[in-house]
Amino acid sequence: MSIDKDTAARVAKLARIKVEEDALPALAQEFNTILGFIEQLNEVDVEGVEPMTSVTPMRLKRREDVVTDGSQQDKVLANAPDAREGFFAVPKVVE
Amino acid sequence: MSDLNKLGLAEARDLLRKGETTSVELTESCLKAIDAADALNTFVHKTPEIAMERAKAADARIQAGDAPSMCGLPIGIKDLFCTKGVASQAASGILEGFTPEYESTVSQQLADAGSVMLGKLNMDEFAMGSSNETSVYGNAVSPWRRGNDDAELTPGGSSGGSASAVSADLCLAATGTDTGGSIRQPAAFTGIVGIKPTYGRCSRWGVVAFASSLDQAGPMTKSVRDAAIMLETMCGHDPKDSTSVELAVPNFEAMLTGDIKGKKIGIPKEYHMDGMPDEIEALWAEGRAMLKAAGAELVDISLPHTKYALPAYYVIAPAEASSNLARYDGVRFGHRANLAAGDGITEMYEKTRAEGFGHEVQRRVMIGTYVLSAGFYDAYYNRARRVRALIKKDFDDVFAAGIDAILTPATPSAAFGLGEMNDEDPVKMYLNDVFTVTVNLAGLPGISVPTGVDHQGLPLGLQLIGRPWEEGDLLNTAYALENAAGFVAKPGKWW
Repeated sequence: MSIDKDTAARVAKLARIKVEEDALPALAQEFNTILGFIEQLNEVDVEGVEPMTSVTPMRLKRREDVVTDGSQQDKVLANAPDAREGFFAVPKVVE
Repeated sequence: MSDLNKLGLAEARDLLRKGETTSVELTESCLKAIDAADALNTFVHKTPEIAMERAKAADARIQAGDAPSMCGLPIGIKDLFCTKGVASQAASGILEGFTPEYESTVSQQLADAGSVMLGKLNMDEFAMGSSNETSVYGNAVSPWRRGNDDAELTPGGSSGGSASAVSADLCLAATGTDTGGSIRQPAAFTGIVGIKPTYGRCSRWGVVAFASSLDQAGPMTKSVRDAAIMLETMCGHDPKDSTSVELAVPNFEAMLTGDIKGKKIGIPKEYHMDGMPDEIEALWAEGRAMLKAAGAELVDISLPHTKYALPAYYVIAPAEASSNLARYDGVRFGHRANLAAGDGITEMYEKTRAEGFGHEVQRRVMIGTYVLSAGFYDAYYNRARRVRALIKKDFDDVFAAGIDAILTPATPSAAFGLGEMNDEDPVKMYLNDVFTVTVNLAGLPGISVPTGVDHQGLPLGLQLIGRPWEEGDLLNTAYALENAAGFVAKPGKWW
């Protein structure tokens, strides 16, 4: 499995990270090095082994489905790069 | 009293209780040491006002006779922990200017116990790295040097600032976090003790997430006793972390008897790696001899899937990171890129993340995105999770056979020079965690104890791996090892 420039560009797009065209070949090369390392996993016989979902055999705790928090709009917005009139502001999303 | 910053937690606590010093004196001593150590680049956000305020409050508590063990003790907090009103950036440009409105559970518990926060400590960006060279703040520098050579060395990573600060006596102890070895490897590189508890012991709430199924907080200290004291304060059930376990936290310090007679110590044959330096093999052999002399029984064991731990980790950790780091979108907190006319929301995301994330973080997010993408999810991610189950089973089997703890080297080498790995491929750097990463994948407790120095005078450490939830027994075995090794080397002050 080898990653080419186009695949690297697709992955960058999926990850929402802008990568300049001229940086793509080196990025693809790095992916190939890391994926080459990961390929070793194919040597392992995993037949009949369930993928691990939780490292400790515990059931996630349940709680009453009630509101336990809230009413802190100022705190929620305090670190926003652009907050206006009690909302997060972003570039136009819909025409 | 001079040089109070050189004390450990237990010694300082005992002096405080006897009224022979005060938290204010301890704190002032550390603040002075910190201001004289900018060359190490460890404290990246200093909080002297908070420190002095907490020190005065702690002294009042001690006077009133209401003083838990950590009360009045000055410590550093890794930048990964959110601290209310104090910059918390995970050493990333994307969290530039982020000042949390809340406090992480672990740092809150430490504060409630009366400990004194001196400031925030340098680290690898989002805890991704093994040398503290991926930080937006620049490299943290180790106080250790190779003899008279003045080349700067790495304190390890990702908790490099914590390791360097404790080793250089800028604080009595520090918090760290460990996803693949980020407490134990830097502890080994700097001659200090670091323990990663069982997954679920310490709440992850308020700790910036890297790989949620692997991340655990833990203490980095000057002795095993100090680790026991601080770990007890950091542990405990937290309803805000669904993976936090509801188990009583024992008095770990009271379990330090140093008696390990009859304990079965496993020696895994797979940890003899090809190309491992003779010094590491010798260190390991010495450690075995020390535990045997202390009355433990050494047992040869096999952990057959060891060699697949790093490749499994480099699927699982990036996959979880790509998901966790999706929240950095330039909308709710941190950095947002300047946009050009006509840029829409997608350009905002892409430019913000390209500017805000460093190279290693971008690489891991993209690898994670790839292994989770349609068509590769089964081949990479599910296969890695299956291999992880087998790695855990390896440990389950040896513990079921009666092994109490496992002794291994902590790292495959002593600390390397900053910049020395720049030209290597990323996998070479990943190999630093070869002995520690299995422990995260299996969710076990692991501790690094300094036991020797290499031919250049640099510290080397051994790792002990314990049964789940049995940190007390593990700390006691580590205590016996520490007593036998009698490690006393300290870096010469050059900064």
